[in-house]
Amino acid sequence: MSRPAPSVFGRDAALRAIRESFVKLDPRLVARNPVMFVVEVGCVVTTALWVRDLAATAPDTPLWFSGLVTLWLWFTVLFANFAEAVAEGRGRAQAEALRKTRRDTTARRLVGGVSGGREEEVPASVLRRGDVVVVVAGMTIPGDGDVVEGIASVDESAITGESAPVIRESGGDRSAVTGGTRVLSDRILVRISADPGQSFLDRMIALVEGAARQKTPNEIALHILLVGLTIVFLFVCVTLVPFAIYSGAPISTIAVVALLVCLIPTTIGGLLSAIGIAGMDRLLAKNVVATSGRAVEAAGDVDTLLLDKTGTITLGNRMAVELLPLPGVDVTELAAAAGIASAADETPEGRSIVALVTKMFPAAAAADLRGAVFVPFTAQTRMSGCDIHDRVLRKGAVDAVRRHVATLGGNAPASLGEIADRIGDQGGTPLAVCDGTRALGVIHLKDIVKTGIRERFSRFRAMGIRTVMVTGDNPRTAAVIAREAGVDDFLAEATPERKLELIRAEQAKGKLVAMTGDGTNDAPALAQADVGVAMNTGTQAAKEAGNMVDLDSDPTKLLEIVEVGKQLLMTRGSLTTFSISNDVAKYFAILPALFAIAFPEISPLNVMGLASPLSAILSAVIFNALIIVVLIPLALRGVKYRPLGAAALFRRSMLIYGLGGIVAPFAGIKLIDMGLAAVGLV
Amino acid sequence: MTVQGWIQIALFTAAVFALTKPVGAYLYRVLETEERPLPSILGRLERLCLRLCGRTADDEQTWRAYAVSLLLFSIVGIAVTYGIQRLQGVLPLNPQGFGAVPHDLALNTAVSFTTNTNWQAYSGETTMSYLTQMVGLAWHNFVSAAAGLAVAVAVARGLTRRGGPEGGKTIGSFWADLIRSTVYVLLPVSIVVAVVFVAMGVPQTLSAYREVTTVEGAKQVLALGPVATQEAIKMLGTNGGGFFNANSAHPFENPTPVTNLIQMLLIFVLPTGLTWTYGKMARDQRQGWAIFGAMAALFLAGVATCYFAESHANTALAGLGVDQATGNLEGKEVRFGIANTALFATVTTDASCGAVNGMHDSFTPLGGLVPLLNIQLGEVVFGGVGAGLYGMLVFVVLSVFIAGLMVGRTPELLGKKIEAREMKLVTVYMAVFAFFVLVPAAWASAVGYGTSSLANQGPHGLSEILYATSSATGNNGSAFAGLSANTPFWNLLLAVAMFFGRFAMIVPVLAIAGSMVDKKTVAAGPGTFPTNGTLFTVLLIGIIVIVGALTFLPALGLGPILEHYVGAAGKVY
Amino acid sequence: MRNELVTAFRAAAVTLVLTGIAYPLLVTGIAQVAFPAQANGSLINDTTEPSVTMGSALIGQSFSDPAYVNPRPSAAGAGYDAAASSGSNLGPTSKALRDRVAADVARLVAANPNAPGEVPAELVTASGSGLDPHLSPASVAWQIPRIAAARGVAADRVRAVAAEFEQGRALGVLGEPRVNVLLLNLALDRRFGQPHLGASITPK
Repeated sequence: MSRPAPSVFGRDAALRAIRESFVKLDPRLVARNPVMFVVEVGCVVTTALWVRDLAATAPDTPLWFSGLVTLWLWFTVLFANFAEAVAEGRGRAQAEALRKTRRDTTARRLVGGVSGGREEEVPASVLRRGDVVVVVAGMTIPGDGDVVEGIASVDESAITGESAPVIRESGGDRSAVTGGTRVLSDRILVRISADPGQSFLDRMIALVEGAARQKTPNEIALHILLVGLTIVFLFVCVTLVPFAIYSGAPISTIAVVALLVCLIPTTIGGLLSAIGIAGMDRLLAKNVVATSGRAVEAAGDVDTLLLDKTGTITLGNRMAVELLPLPGVDVTELAAAAGIASAADETPEGRSIVALVTKMFPAAAAADLRGAVFVPFTAQTRMSGCDIHDRVLRKGAVDAVRRHVATLGGNAPASLGEIADRIGDQGGTPLAVCDGTRALGVIHLKDIVKTGIRERFSRFRAMGIRTVMVTGDNPRTAAVIAREAGVDDFLAEATPERKLELIRAEQAKGKLVAMTGDGTNDAPALAQADVGVAMNTGTQAAKEAGNMVDLDSDPTKLLEIVEVGKQLLMTRGSLTTFSISNDVAKYFAILPALFAIAFPEISPLNVMGLASPLSAILSAVIFNALIIVVLIPLALRGVKYRPLGAAALFRRSMLIYGLGGIVAPFAGIKLIDMGLAAVGLV
Repeated sequence: MTVQGWIQIALFTAAVFALTKPVGAYLYRVLETEERPLPSILGRLERLCLRLCGRTADDEQTWRAYAVSLLLFSIVGIAVTYGIQRLQGVLPLNPQGFGAVPHDLALNTAVSFTTNTNWQAYSGETTMSYLTQMVGLAWHNFVSAAAGLAVAVAVARGLTRRGGPEGGKTIGSFWADLIRSTVYVLLPVSIVVAVVFVAMGVPQTLSAYREVTTVEGAKQVLALGPVATQEAIKMLGTNGGGFFNANSAHPFENPTPVTNLIQMLLIFVLPTGLTWTYGKMARDQRQGWAIFGAMAALFLAGVATCYFAESHANTALAGLGVDQATGNLEGKEVRFGIANTALFATVTTDASCGAVNGMHDSFTPLGGLVPLLNIQLGEVVFGGVGAGLYGMLVFVVLSVFIAGLMVGRTPELLGKKIEAREMKLVTVYMAVFAFFVLVPAAWASAVGYGTSSLANQGPHGLSEILYATSSATGNNGSAFAGLSANTPFWNLLLAVAMFFGRFAMIVPVLAIAGSMVDKKTVAAGPGTFPTNGTLFTVLLIGIIVIVGALTFLPALGLGPILEHYVGAAGKVY
Repeated sequence: MRNELVTAFRAAAVTLVLTGIAYPLLVTGIAQVAFPAQANGSLINDTTEPSVTMGSALIGQSFSDPAYVNPRPSAAGAGYDAAASSGSNLGPTSKALRDRVAADVARLVAANPNAPGEVPAELVTASGSGLDPHLSPASVAWQIPRIAAARGVAADRVRAVAAEFEQGRALGVLGEPRVNVLLLNLALDRRFGQPHLGASITPK
């Protein structure tokens, strides 16, 4: 479930963004973006010249021309500022929604930790890491933390948008709670795990607001390239002045500044930070909280994806699908015993056995259960069942049942093992059933692969990402499920250590590994993985170890995270290509205009047939400014990612942004020129 | 244009293509394996040389150490050649009794030959003694080429060596690369070629110039000298510094169409071979062929344009009653004709050779634009020995970066990530080149002591200036030779441009190698942009052309392009 | 660093001796033994007086007598100065070039009243070296009426000699068809006798 993105051009948001566009003219702020800084310096120069020309009797260039060029140069900076302001505004709106959840919360802090008895009321904002607070039904949880005592149902809709309450309890893998969520029932003690301003949400808010936005590695590299191009174009334009003087066709300073601004990559330079902010924002809109932009970018590079089988690939629970009696045992007898042994088993597996028996053998299901004593599952026995009258009915792992039968003095036949193996071969889990010393048969529990999962994996494959299923099952079972789900590989009989080993092995092969996890024992692997996505339902340890948290706890969300990461790079790359390609047309507009008067022979180079030299220069400057505004939506939305091979993707992008970048300004500049001519300006 | 002309161009192209693999394999064998040819002769010579240098073959160096070695060696080289020129009057092998070369010219020439530029502000037959030509200049033709080869291989090592925990940070040994390139590659080929050249008419003597009485009874002094030996390495090492002023247009340097073909092949043979060597080092020949493809396409485009332009009449001569059906013949030799001159001009500027068999200054505006633009694109179309490959690899890094972003993946080249540091170095490389071409040109065009050297006025004068600074910074050495470059201003200006154009570009390239060499190698997947196919070739061409065009178009617009239009309108200056 | 500098000096010395001294001396030795004629400049001696060297087969000479095939204009020194090779380096929009060509055309047209067609570009354009020993067969043919008249022989006889000296493309493809002007002029002298030099040479 995702949050609807706030409108790009809502009236208030737009007004605020416009206001900020002017605030951001502060040279100290612009200086962070050298490309736009050069433009701003150019603006100051042309403004000064224009003011000087106001007083002059015969200025070099007409006042209206230098005035308009100057105005549009200022617009270029303003538009770039506007793009950034809009992106920040959107992020701020997202952050605001998040922040709303934690306003005015008071916490009941236990003085002296868990054992301390006295409570005190403090504002949530003063809670520090390690504080323990009491939260009872109806209260808002004051900060991120772990449940250390009790169990409660929690409404996390403020964070996840999901209205169904979730259970949070101490110990185990469902202990983490998030600040801002509301306890619906019961009472829990929560140990706060983050200092003020350090919680996941705080960090995410900072990221989307742009305040703490660190440039991502690729962004830095691109930034350097843009600065380099700007420097080169500075050389080009500055040296053009003496060349023009040599040629006997001196050019005005304003024209040189106009040429410079048109050539340096203002389009991408102006949109670069907006793209970054919008990327983080998009991720948040998908309910994923990332701790750094670097992690989001790394997600775009992921080669190998480790996915837990249970809950991700298969439905969380196995279902009974078949009853297989031993030779000489009537299937009805097996059904009856299985039904009784499972009657009190509230686990999904147990309920599915009862459901199967009821459906297939209604007669067997109608057993009289009076006087039955139910024996719950324990880790030691690895069985559960029911003692009824003098019968001892058990179901459980095959070897456990075999041992149980032997203990009672019986002997399970070899065929039990054979049937169990057969089920294993089909990817199922065998559950033996016995009645006292008699082994009756086997229940076939089957993993149900989620619908649509195959398609998702083929999408990963198209992206070039290898999927590896991680499961505690034995290799045979794992192989069958892996085949059914369409993953590329699997790790069977997985332990946290083996998981870690697998990640290291993949990384040694030069692969970037992403994984999802929720349990505390996933923490080392999450930390080792290049991209670790912790489930919001998981433990605080897991959340700390990973570099993203999925608030929806949807392990296949990785797909979308990868797409956001790729989109981020693609948007930058495409707009860079577009920006540079634009220069071709700008040359054709401006260069002939600069020299046409001195050298009418070069008029064939005015391929666009622009009305006049002044109009040509002005049109190019206006186009250069407007294109920033035109591309703001694309910068915010991101270039659409398609799961094609790199070559196909590249060809496509090149056609649109490379070739389009060459063609579009020819049309754009010509249109603006026609417009200028139509209003009689030039 | 004639069919015969195209056949010759096609023949040359086919020969280049055919030589690529064998030469590349030979270079690989020499520089990257232990099974080098002729161990009993060349192997002994190699070990002797290294021992005399006080080095063993395998003390691997980091990029910094490699760069320091190269710089020190080059500075020593500049000093020695400067000294020889200053002292040539008292040194032997000076039958014409030439005096000391003036300070500024000696410095310019020393830098010029050390940087593999071979810009010649002097006229060989009236300035340099035989000793200076042999020891001061031809020596550099060897070692500057060997150094280029060394840097190229070092950079290729940086990109192709497997990094990771065990991977070292070293990129080879400069001294071993230098000696091996000289002993196994440059020297043996030069000896063979020099003898062949002599057989075809190129002089090789230490005797004085010969005075003869012509048929019509006039005196003619035939400048002679050890020409063939210098000629062989001048082409093979893409140096280009002629023994005589007229360079390869001089009948003694390049007497026949056959020697002409050999000379052009010598220019390209090592640069093209290196693309194959690179593919071999990358463990994927297609990596090398992709680069070769981009180079070949740009080469063919250049030669076609140049041949087309030069086949047209000179507009200045229109209406004078001259039959210009053959094309623009001013500055061209009859034995080579239009096709071979246009081809030679393209080849010599694709590579950073700079030898000429016709005067570029007298080319038509567009015909002259081709060599000028070739230099300004960075001489990466096969390019100078070594310099072409490492220059091209800079463009490869840039292309991979753009492509990587466009496919949504951190850019990788041969499995190694291109990051901020590499982009910084690429940027420095591009900016240094643009700066030293444009700023000195701007300076020269603005001052009287710059423009007073011009032989031509109007747009063509600007072309002469641009050509000079481009050629110097690009370490090409060819010229729009009307420019009287032997003035203190031009000598010093271009010496600076040549020095920075060589070393301020080699250092960042070596730094790229150094930062890439110990990077973790990432496995390529379907999401990785492939750098070994046609798509990459096309991208590479696009990036080279766009970067070059965007940087130099305004200046070219006032030079050759403007000249083309005003010339067509019949203007003369 | 100091070690590196020492190595740099030693490497400079080693390579200098190897490539700057040993290499040229070795090749000079081979050349002087194996190809002495070429190695010393492909000199041409007077057939009648072998001790007199008349030039090099590879280097062009000035010929201005109407009885000789006149070569291309030369920018080498004062013209065909084989110790000062050079092209004119005049560009395509050069007024100097236009003026020079105009003057040459006028002179050639005046001197070759019976020449077929316009002046071949070759005859009014300077070569790259200023020492171009060749002319295309067409440029020779253009001068033949004048040469025949000056020598008082039939044009066809001159044409026949010229045809003998026509060099095709190497291997049938390389280069351009051409005639060596010096060799042809020497042959013309052998065949038709030397013209009276001096009187007819236009002063420079």
